[in-house]
Amino acid sequence: MKNPSRRDFLKLAGATGAGLLACGAGSALANEGTQINNEELGMLYDATKCVGCKACMASCKRVNSDYGSLSYEKAKFDSDGLWDAPSDLSGSTRTLIKLFKESEQRWSYVKYSCMHCQKPSCVSVCPVSAMTKEKVSGIVDYNKNTCIGCRYCQIACPYNIPKFQWEKALPQIVKCDLCKATNLREKGISACAEVCPVGAIKFGKRKDLLAEAHQRLKDTPDRYLPHVYGEHEGGGTNHLYLASMPFNKLGLPDIKPEAPAEFSEKIQHTIYKGFIAPVALYSTLCFIAVKNMKKHQGHDGHDHNKEEK
Amino acid sequence: MGNPEEYQKLEGKIFTKSFFILLSVVLLGFYFVGVRYVKGIGAVSNMSDGYPWGIWITYDVATGTAIACGGYAVAILVYIRNRMQYHPMIRSAILTSMFGYGLAGFSVMVDLGRPWNAYNFFIPSKWQANSAMFEVALCVMAYSTVLILEFLPAILTSIEQSKWERMNAVRNWLHPKIAPDQKSMQDKLEMVRLGAIWLKPRLNKVLIFFIVLGITLPTMHQSSLGSLLLIASTKLHPLWHTGFLPLLFLLNCVFIGYAIAILESIISSYSFRRPFETEELSGLAALIPFVTVIWLSVVIGDLAYRGQIGAALKGDFYSGWFMTEFLLVASGSLLLFFKKLRKSPRWLFTSASLIVLGGALYRFNVYLIGFNPGQGWRYFPSFAEVMITVGIVALEVLGYKVFVALFPVLPNTSAHGGGHAPAKKAAAQKGKKASIEVQHAPVEAH
Ligand code: SF4
Ligand code: SF4
Ligand code: SF4
Repeated sequence: MKNPSRRDFLKLAGATGAGLLACGAGSALANEGTQINNEELGMLYDATKCVGCKACMASCKRVNSDYGSLSYEKAKFDSDGLWDAPSDLSGSTRTLIKLFKESEQRWSYVKYSCMHCQKPSCVSVCPVSAMTKEKVSGIVDYNKNTCIGCRYCQIACPYNIPKFQWEKALPQIVKCDLCKATNLREKGISACAEVCPVGAIKFGKRKDLLAEAHQRLKDTPDRYLPHVYGEHEGGGTNHLYLASMPFNKLGLPDIKPEAPAEFSEKIQHTIYKGFIAPVALYSTLCFIAVKNMKKHQGHDGHDHNKEEK
Repeated sequence: MGNPEEYQKLEGKIFTKSFFILLSVVLLGFYFVGVRYVKGIGAVSNMSDGYPWGIWITYDVATGTAIACGGYAVAILVYIRNRMQYHPMIRSAILTSMFGYGLAGFSVMVDLGRPWNAYNFFIPSKWQANSAMFEVALCVMAYSTVLILEFLPAILTSIEQSKWERMNAVRNWLHPKIAPDQKSMQDKLEMVRLGAIWLKPRLNKVLIFFIVLGITLPTMHQSSLGSLLLIASTKLHPLWHTGFLPLLFLLNCVFIGYAIAILESIISSYSFRRPFETEELSGLAALIPFVTVIWLSVVIGDLAYRGQIGAALKGDFYSGWFMTEFLLVASGSLLLFFKKLRKSPRWLFTSASLIVLGGALYRFNVYLIGFNPGQGWRYFPSFAEVMITVGIVALEVLGYKVFVALFPVLPNTSAHGGGHAPAKKAAAQKGKKASIEVQHAPVEAH
């Protein structure tokens, strides 16, 4: 048997990698960039105003109970199941207030819930369109009747927001949908913002929230870190944050302005654009394979053992 | 595919001791699958909202399908590189792929939280072409079908020549309560046989187009398996998160595929007491370094380009795993540069194992080890989770063992006796007559 030569190998690499070699880096394509739509709905959470009363959590559970977020969680110490004391977002908790303590003097509350990204990773990866972003409101919504439970949205979300009901035989994904089908529809405001006693949560259009946030930064600069979290993070989010402590300490990750979905889709699109590469690959390979087989039958006719079809 | 003399059934009993050991492992795995469906995924696995993908996705799907790429890798060699002398290896490689992919599909159904909604993959309005997973899912489904078609000739050959001893034995055992009477069953079976005879030449005519599809589809979905993690830019460690993920996964499955074809041949030669196919294997082995060298250079080049070489050499947890993966693949390929080592089944086995381990570790690194969702999350597979995976692997081995006995899969030893017949041509001619006898040997009598 002949040893394969370098040239043979290149033929192989050329044939199988057609196109893929070139687009692996994905840097060739121009970046369309995320178009930020400031008309979308969102919330502004001001950590310096929040008093940690958790009224928003309770309200969220009460209002959205039919949508999988009520079922109270037993705390570890609670054998009778009387208390609801979630320690993190979960398959029954859409929003949560946490207290971060750096020292006795420096601490801050922080509220977790879906950020309603401008270019949501969860929507980008969902294989069956169970996660969708509404055109007008910008709400990132989940449809349990389509979801196959692959949990790719959980892998993809940089904020670790979508949660899965691990303990259920018929589980679903749970995350904030801005009270789309409940409080928002009935009262035009999210349940958490509605009940907040100190106005730490402001509900409205992104452009108004941004203006408000920058106004507060200007009026009382001592109170805040000079940064509106979510304005640019990950392509921008509709849930915005103000705080006095570094956001990554509050559990909000440092994310580059480019949306993660922007990066991955760019590469995916380069490879599959109009399905040209796969079709070209298939036809090239067919051509080579059929030719090879013909050649083989012609030349090796004497070797009956090897004859093909 | 090919003349009947090229392949033979394996003679011997099916119900051996190892069969029952494997079967009990499979049953244990399936017990836990049952628990999972009744009590939810959380009841059997340690997966969490931080680590929503555990070893089922990492091993069964991402790694298992790469290991199942033997059929893909050998098909490229035979049909694209025009190395028809590797043809005898293709059926067993395709059989392994068939089980590998079939069971990856099965384990996805265990892993999916809402599998009853999976039909949405076939509803165009639900398609989400941005999702790498959508691409993977469709490709894998299509490829599994193609694999069955590719394997069909072996089954058809078997049906053609079948005297239905086994079937009749079963029937006699069931008779007279549930089984139909001898005559009508015989007629029906004859119909099946005639159908097979009718179908085979027609299938053979178009088979090449399916074979090429069987090369295109893995090219697509194996690279997309890398794309799946592209989006996790904040979670996957920079040692592994790169725009080259699709390319690296593609190359990775090719060298794993060849290494696995080697391992599989050596192991089945050893355990079925057949001569080693040293000639073919050393030829395959010579190919591996070409692929691994590209893979290794892309890895290094990309790290250098992104300024991550320091992180690779840092000596911490991540760099440790990275170095292990890298050195396994590199040392395995280094061995294969020596012609002498390539001729020894023992060294072939060693280097192929190193490469498979390193290649598989790469996929584990990307999917699990290098994946860090943030503070406080930890994942280590639970016993039940591992047993489900082990059960699935056991089922693969079991299926392989049964299939090589039922269908002509393995290369005909008299026609392709690598180790024992150095002069291949002569052996092929000499063996031709004998091989036909082997083919017709009544293995089904047991
Ligand atoms: S925060 Fe996560 S779940 Fe919410 S829209 Fe963004 S990516 Fe989706
Ligand atoms: S778990 Fe459901 S919502 Fe999330 S990506 Fe999968 S199918 Fe979509
Ligand atoms: S907007 Fe509604 S669903 Fe979202 S956290 Fe607030 S109350 Fe809960």
